[in-house]
Amino acid sequence: MLEIKDLHASINGKEILKGINLTVKTGEVHAIMGPNGSGKSTLSNVLVGHPAYEVTKGSVVFDGKDLLAMSPEDRSHEGLFLSFQYPVEIPGVSMVNFMRSAVNEQRKYKGLPALTASEFLKLMRQKREVVELDSKLANRSVNEGFSGGEKKRNEIFQMAMLEPKLSILDETDSGLDIDALRIVAEGVNKLKTPNTSCIVITHYQRLLDYIKPDIVHVLYKGKIVKTAGPELALELEEKGYDWIKKELGE
Amino acid sequence: MNMKAEQQYIDLFTQCEALICRHSAEGLNAPRAKAFADFERLGFPTRKQEKYKYTEIGTFFAPDFGLNLNRLEFPVNPYEVFKCDVPNMSTSLYFVINDSFDKHDHPSAQLPEGVLFGSLRELAMQYPDLIKKYYGKLADTSKDGLTAFNTMFAQDGVLMYVPKNVVMEKPIQLVNILRADVNTLSNRRLLIILEEGAQAKLLVCDHAMDNVNFLSTQVTEIFVGENAYFDLYELEETHNSTVRFSQLFVEQQAGSNVLLNGMTLHNGTTRNTTEVQLVGRGAEINLCGMAIADKNEQVDNHTTIDHRVPDCTSNELFKYVLDDQAVGAFAGKVLVREGAQHTSSQQTNRNICATREARMYTQPQLEIYADDVKCSHGATVGQLDENALFYMQQRGIPLKEARLLLMFAFVNEVIDYIRMDALKDRLHRLVEKRFRGELNKCQGCAICK
Repeated sequence: MLEIKDLHASINGKEILKGINLTVKTGEVHAIMGPNGSGKSTLSNVLVGHPAYEVTKGSVVFDGKDLLAMSPEDRSHEGLFLSFQYPVEIPGVSMVNFMRSAVNEQRKYKGLPALTASEFLKLMRQKREVVELDSKLANRSVNEGFSGGEKKRNEIFQMAMLEPKLSILDETDSGLDIDALRIVAEGVNKLKTPNTSCIVITHYQRLLDYIKPDIVHVLYKGKIVKTAGPELALELEEKGYDWIKKELGE
Repeated sequence: MNMKAEQQYIDLFTQCEALICRHSAEGLNAPRAKAFADFERLGFPTRKQEKYKYTEIGTFFAPDFGLNLNRLEFPVNPYEVFKCDVPNMSTSLYFVINDSFDKHDHPSAQLPEGVLFGSLRELAMQYPDLIKKYYGKLADTSKDGLTAFNTMFAQDGVLMYVPKNVVMEKPIQLVNILRADVNTLSNRRLLIILEEGAQAKLLVCDHAMDNVNFLSTQVTEIFVGENAYFDLYELEETHNSTVRFSQLFVEQQAGSNVLLNGMTLHNGTTRNTTEVQLVGRGAEINLCGMAIADKNEQVDNHTTIDHRVPDCTSNELFKYVLDDQAVGAFAGKVLVREGAQHTSSQQTNRNICATREARMYTQPQLEIYADDVKCSHGATVGQLDENALFYMQQRGIPLKEARLLLMFAFVNEVIDYIRMDALKDRLHRLVEKRFRGELNKCQGCAICK
């Protein structure tokens, strides 16, 4: 599904990613962990095409296509979704208008007719239930005045609406209390199918108690320095990152 | 100086005063001589005057324009040729062609008893006392050359009078049509009187139907009695060869509530001056406006809110979206006089310049001479939020569409002030069309097609 080879990327001339190699197969859940500043968010931003980042070397193939050659919106249409670490507030743009544009643009890309107003509202209702999102929130402006937990739930709601092939959850657990964490994680699990993959970026084990990864990577100083099974996350939770740094001879 | 521009109008007035008066009414003729003297002394405002620093008025009057001083009628029935962009609103519909009130029957008009709405010239002849009491009482010709100019030449326009405690359920829509085969100068006059406890809504749309240069001056005086409610929506959808100079004066008595919303969707050069005096306790003014301008369009709004007495409220919100080489200006003065305690006043002006060439000048001005007041103001000029644009792109919304959604959201706040649902819906659609570049001329206008 996703094949990243020797990916280098920089922001404002400073190199953050220094040769990432990562392969995510269909149906797999990968966790990417690592200390602050190791490049985790940079990786997710580069994958979705954030204009502030410059790819200086390497390639990314998504579902057989050159991902880096696509505009951010086409990456979305191809089935790539990012749950933002800091979802953006958009005053004056209602959730309904926002999602209708998003869903219909995707349908247009796939050559499908736009949904009628009633079809669309029905879809909104169904998908809201996935994350128990209040109907009042759906009538408000995008993320405006939402609590931290509501914003993250709203991200998963959008994921449910767009049905991506590959979702990247960027620190979706940050700022969530234990109940909100459970709802968000259950939402993600409900959306999981054998045909979808997921990359979970997190600092902590606790999200991985709910969303079970198949493979865990440690990202450090812009490179993946360790890859193992789910037991690696538990080990990191227990011992921190110092032992990895020691292994690397630091 | 551009005394040349003034001189041709001084000469014209001297030669044609009798003609102008003959085709008008006594109440409108009475202040002409004084207005003429004031204009000779003041001339057109210049950029050296603080109030007019963003628009050079005189240059627009320098070219040769035709004036219809003889009040020749255009052989046009607006009800047949004109379909407004704001249809199906269940309004009572009237037309002014250039500066003459249209005399055709008004199929939709059924006004409550006692309400007057019609030609200022004709009603001035029927109700001379009303005109004597109100006409020219707010529009002071001794201080402003443009007001003096309009008062010299205005021969007709509209009178709206709503008697005490009459509530008009149905809004009135007035369409100003600019229609001419040669470059034309028109001078309109609106006089609006709401007595105590009266309630009314008026929508005024400006359209230009011919591809000639139009210059129009408009002076509006609005008297709002105690506890009266009045909404005025002004919607300009003209073209790039149109110049509009509007002076609007409002006086509000105790407990009155007024909403003024001026929306410039398409224009050439527009200067709107708005002066609101809150003279009775507990009066409230909501003054808002928006401008969507591109190419070389210019929109200049100059507002003054004068809190003369305690316990009044003013809310002011103006938003501009400027594209290409468009120029916008907003100057908002809020004056809180000595003793006007418990004044609550809020002023906001937010602007988006979509290109490097677009220019916005903003000048908030608060003068406060009372100590127990709540006043705030804020002004910003910026671009669209990059983070929001990217967030939308990540969800599959193309950049162009995302920009539209943001611009639309930006001006929506002003549309949301509208207290007429049908108009609100219609404006949502018009604004969207405008941003998509599909509103290059007035829609549904049979003459243009």
